[in-house]
Amino acid sequence: MKKILIVDDEPNIVMSLEYIFKKENYMVFIARDGAEAIEIADANLPDIILLDIMMPNVDGYQVLNYLKSSKELNEIKVIFLSAKNKISDIELGLQLGADKYISKPFSTKKLVKEVKELLK
Amino acid sequence: MSSFLVILVIIVYLAVIFYVAYWAEKNSKSTWVNNPYVYTLSLAVYCTAWTYYGSVGLAASSGLKFLTIYLGPVIIIPTWILLMRKIIRISKGNKISSLADFISLRYGNNRFLGALVTLVCVLAIVPYISLQLKAISETFNVITDHNIVSSSIINDTTFYIAILLALFAAFFGTQHTDASEKHKGIITAIALESVIKLIFFLIIGVYVTFYLFNGPTDIYEKASILPNFDIHQKINGVEDGFNWFLLSLLSMIAIMLLPRQFQVTVVENEREKYLKKVTWLFPLYLLLFNIFVIFIAWGGNIIFQNDQVDADLFTLMLPLQNGHEFLALLVFLGGFSAAISMVVISTLALSTMLSNNLIIPYGFLGKFSKGESAENTESIKTIRRLAIFILIIVAYFFYRSFTLDRSLVSIGLISFVIIAQLAPSFFGGLFWRRGSSKGAIYGIIIGFFVTVYTLIIPFTIDSQLFSTSFIHEGLFGINLLKPYELFGLQIFEPVPHAFFWSLFFNVIVYILISVNIVGNYRERNFAEMFVDNSKYASLHENAYVWKGEAYVKDIRKVLTRFLGEKRTERALNLFFMKYDIDKKTQFADARLVNFSEKLLTGSIGSASSRILISSVVKEEEISLPEVLNILDETQKAKESNKELQERDKQKDDFLDTVAHELKTPITSIRALSEILLEDDAIEIEIKKKFLKSIVSESERISRLINNILDLEKLSTGKEKLELVENSIKNTIIESVDAVRQLALNNQVYINSEGVQDIKTVYDEDRIQQVIINLLSNAIKFSNKNNGKVYIITVINNNKLEILVEDNGKGIEQNDLNLIFNKFYQAKNQTILKPIGSGLGLAISKQIIKSHNGKIWAENMKPQGARVTFTLPLNTN
Repeated sequence: MKKILIVDDEPNIVMSLEYIFKKENYMVFIARDGAEAIEIADANLPDIILLDIMMPNVDGYQVLNYLKSSKELNEIKVIFLSAKNKISDIELGLQLGADKYISKPFSTKKLVKEVKELLK
Repeated sequence: MSSFLVILVIIVYLAVIFYVAYWAEKNSKSTWVNNPYVYTLSLAVYCTAWTYYGSVGLAASSGLKFLTIYLGPVIIIPTWILLMRKIIRISKGNKISSLADFISLRYGNNRFLGALVTLVCVLAIVPYISLQLKAISETFNVITDHNIVSSSIINDTTFYIAILLALFAAFFGTQHTDASEKHKGIITAIALESVIKLIFFLIIGVYVTFYLFNGPTDIYEKASILPNFDIHQKINGVEDGFNWFLLSLLSMIAIMLLPRQFQVTVVENEREKYLKKVTWLFPLYLLLFNIFVIFIAWGGNIIFQNDQVDADLFTLMLPLQNGHEFLALLVFLGGFSAAISMVVISTLALSTMLSNNLIIPYGFLGKFSKGESAENTESIKTIRRLAIFILIIVAYFFYRSFTLDRSLVSIGLISFVIIAQLAPSFFGGLFWRRGSSKGAIYGIIIGFFVTVYTLIIPFTIDSQLFSTSFIHEGLFGINLLKPYELFGLQIFEPVPHAFFWSLFFNVIVYILISVNIVGNYRERNFAEMFVDNSKYASLHENAYVWKGEAYVKDIRKVLTRFLGEKRTERALNLFFMKYDIDKKTQFADARLVNFSEKLLTGSIGSASSRILISSVVKEEEISLPEVLNILDETQKAKESNKELQERDKQKDDFLDTVAHELKTPITSIRALSEILLEDDAIEIEIKKKFLKSIVSESERISRLINNILDLEKLSTGKEKLELVENSIKNTIIESVDAVRQLALNNQVYINSEGVQDIKTVYDEDRIQQVIINLLSNAIKFSNKNNGKVYIITVINNNKLEILVEDNGKGIEQNDLNLIFNKFYQAKNQTILKPIGSGLGLAISKQIIKSHNGKIWAENMKPQGARVTFTLPLNTN
C-alpha cells in the first residue's frame, strides 16, 4: 500500500483529499502545518506528499527544502497544491525540486491521475 | 633522486588535483566550493613558477626590485571593491566570458577588435606558458640529477605532463558550452594548489632562514659583505624611482588584464561580496609569499658565491646542496603547482577567446547558422578543446625549439608589457564615453609594434644570425631610434622603457582617433552602458537602443540552433514574463534582440551572436543623438514610474491575496462536490458532512466578498455614516449579546461591568460592527482554559475610550501595528485558521477613522492583549 501525506491547513480540503485517497487504497497521513508535516514524513517515510505552500509557521517551501536536504527523504515525490498560480510561483516551486505544481482549485480526477503517474 | 620516484610523486599529485576538480564539479553547490576563500586563493594563480623561482633569481641579482611585481597588485586591490565590482557587474550583465569579449562588446560588438585582443593575448601568453613548461622541465632535471634536456620528445617527461594538463583543462574547461558559466572544478583545484605552493614556499623559506642560517640578521650580515650588495637593496635616485614606479604600474595592469587573472577574478566570480575578502586576504597572501624571497636569494648568494649556479634555481638547489632531498621534492612540487595552475587557467582563458572571438566569428558562423543545436554545441566544445591542445603543444614546441636561456623574470615581464597594450582601451572604455573602436584598434596595434621594436626584437635577436648593430647605434644609424633609448630617453631600464613608450603611443593614438572620429551609434550605446553601468544596469535590456523589424519566430530559430528547443523555450518564457509581453507576440523589440544576443554571447562570443541575430532581423540606422535621447528618456521614464509601480504593487498584492482567499474555499467546494458527483455509494453521514462543509465554505466566500465591498466603501468615503446621538452602554450590551453564543462555545466569560452610560454621536450599526469584531477576536485569542474578556469605557482627555481586553498570550510585539492591515492574519496567523476573512480589523480601523477616532493594540502585564478605540465626545 502506497503512503500519501496530505499537508494543508484548510480542514475541508484535507477532508476531501483524505476521502479520495482512502478510496484509492492509499495509506493516508495528515498534517495541518509544515512542522507537523516534517515530523510525520520523518516518522512514516511516505511515498508522496501533497503540499500546500501558504501555511502558518513553517511553509511549504521550507518543508520541501527540508526534504531535499535530507538523505532519507529526498526521494519522496512532492506535489505542490497551491492557490498561488503565477508563472513565477510555479517556476520557483519546480526549481526548488517539486515534481509537480497543481494550482487550486484543482480537478480531483486530474490530481489522482498525477499521483498515480508519479508513483509508477 | 631517482626519476622514477619523482614521476610517481607527480602522478599521485596530479591524481589528487584531478580528483579534487572532479569532486568540486560534482558538488558544485557545496560551501566548500563556493566561498570567498576559494575565490581569493584562485586569484593567486598570479604567482607562477616565475614567483617561485624567478623572484629569487631577480632578488639575487637586482635586490628588491622583484617586489614591484607584487606592489602593484597590493596598491590597486583595495580599489577593487568599486572598480572590479563595476567590471564584474558589466560582465555578468552581458554574459561576458573573456577579456576579448569585454573589449569587443564595449566598442559595439566589434569583431575585428575581439580578434585583435585575442591575438595580442595569445602572442603574450604562449611564450609565458612555454616558460612554465621550461620551469617544470628544468627543475625536474635538477631534482633527478639529469644534466641534459632529453633530446627526443618520447623521453621528455614534460611532454607527457603538458598532455595531461591539456586533458585536464579540456575536460573540466568545456563542461558547459556557455563559457560564461563557472568552472567550479578547475577553480577549486587551483585554490588548493595555491595553498600548496604557498605552504611549501614558506617551509623552504623558514628552512633557509632559520636552519641554514641563524635568522634574518645572520643572513643580512653575511650577505652584506658580498661585493655589489649595497646598490641592489635600495632605490637609487630619481631615475630608479621612475623604474620602480613604472614596474609597479605595469603589475597593477597585469593583475587585472592578464587573461588568466580576468578569468579567475571576473568570469569565475560567484558573488560580488567575495571581493571584500579579497581586499585584505590577497595582499596578505602576496606578502606571505614574498617574506622569504630576499632571504633565500641572499642565502643562495652566500652559499653559492664561488659556484656557477643559476640564481633562478636557488630555491631548489639550497636543500639539494645540503642533502635534504625530501625538502627539495616539496619545493619541486610547489613550483610544479604554481606552473600547472598558470598553464591550465591561461589555456582555458585563451581557448575561450580563440573560439569565441577568432575562430567562430571568422570561420564557423555559416556552418552554425545551418546546424542543429546538438551538433553546434558539440562543435563549439570541440573547437575549444582543440584550441587548448594546440595552445599547449605550441607552447611546448616553442620551449623545445627556442633556446630559452633568458631568465624567468624577463620573459614574464615582456608578457606583461604586451598585455598592458590592452589597458588604454580597457580602462578608457570603462570611464570614457568617447573612447571609440577605431581608437582602440589603432592604439593597440601601434603599442604592440612599439613593444616589438623596443623590447622583443632587441631582446630575442640572435646576434649570430642578424646584425645587432641597430641596438647600439639605432636603426639606420639614427641615434634617436635606439630601441633601448628611444628618442634619447636614457633613464629607464629596458622593460620600463618599452612599457613607457608603447603605452605613450598607444594612449595618444587612442585618444586622438577617438576624439576626431566619432564612433557609430552601437558603440556609443555600449559606451553608455559600460561607463554608467550603475545607472543602466537596473534598466536591463531597456538600456539597449535598437530600431528595425524583427520576428520572434526568426530569433527563436537562431536561439534553438545553440540552446536547443527546451532551453530556448524556457529563456523566452522568462523574457516574456519579465517584461509582461504576450507570449504570442510576433514582432521582436529591442529588448528581445539584446536579450537574445546576450543568451548566445557565452557560447559563441558577443561579436558572433550579434552577427547571427542581425542576420535574421532588419535593423535601421539610428543617429548618435537619437541614441542618447532614447537612453535619456528611458532613464527618466523609469524614475517617474517608480512611484506608480509602488502603488500598483500594493494593489497587486491586495488582489493576489483576495484571489488566494477566494480560491481556498472554492477548492474545498469543488473537491467535495466532485466526490459527491462521482461517488454514488457514499454513506449518508459523510454526504451530509460534505454538504455542510460546502455550505459553510460558500458562506465564507460571501462574507469575504461583503467585507471587501465594505472596506472599499469605507476607504473611498462612499459610505455615508448615520451620525446621531447614541448611548454607548446600549450599543455595547447589544454587541455582547451578539457574541454570547461564540463565548459560550469557547467557554469564555465576558465582563462588561466597567461600562458607563455615556452619550455621544456615532453611527450605531458601524460601531457595533467594530465592537463585535473586537469581542470575537478577544474570545478567540483568550486563555484556553479560563477565558475572560473585559470591555470597559473610560473618559480620557475629553474623549471616550472603549477598551477590549483578553487574558490570552498577547500579540507579538512586531505585529501590534500590522494587525490592522488588510489580510494580515491570513498571511501570518500562528494558530489554526480562525473563522474570519482577515479584513475585520482593517474594516474596524476604517470605521473608527471616519469617526475621527483612533484605534490601537497593546499587550498587558502579566498577560493578555488590549485593543482600544476612541470616539470624540459630541452632543447634538
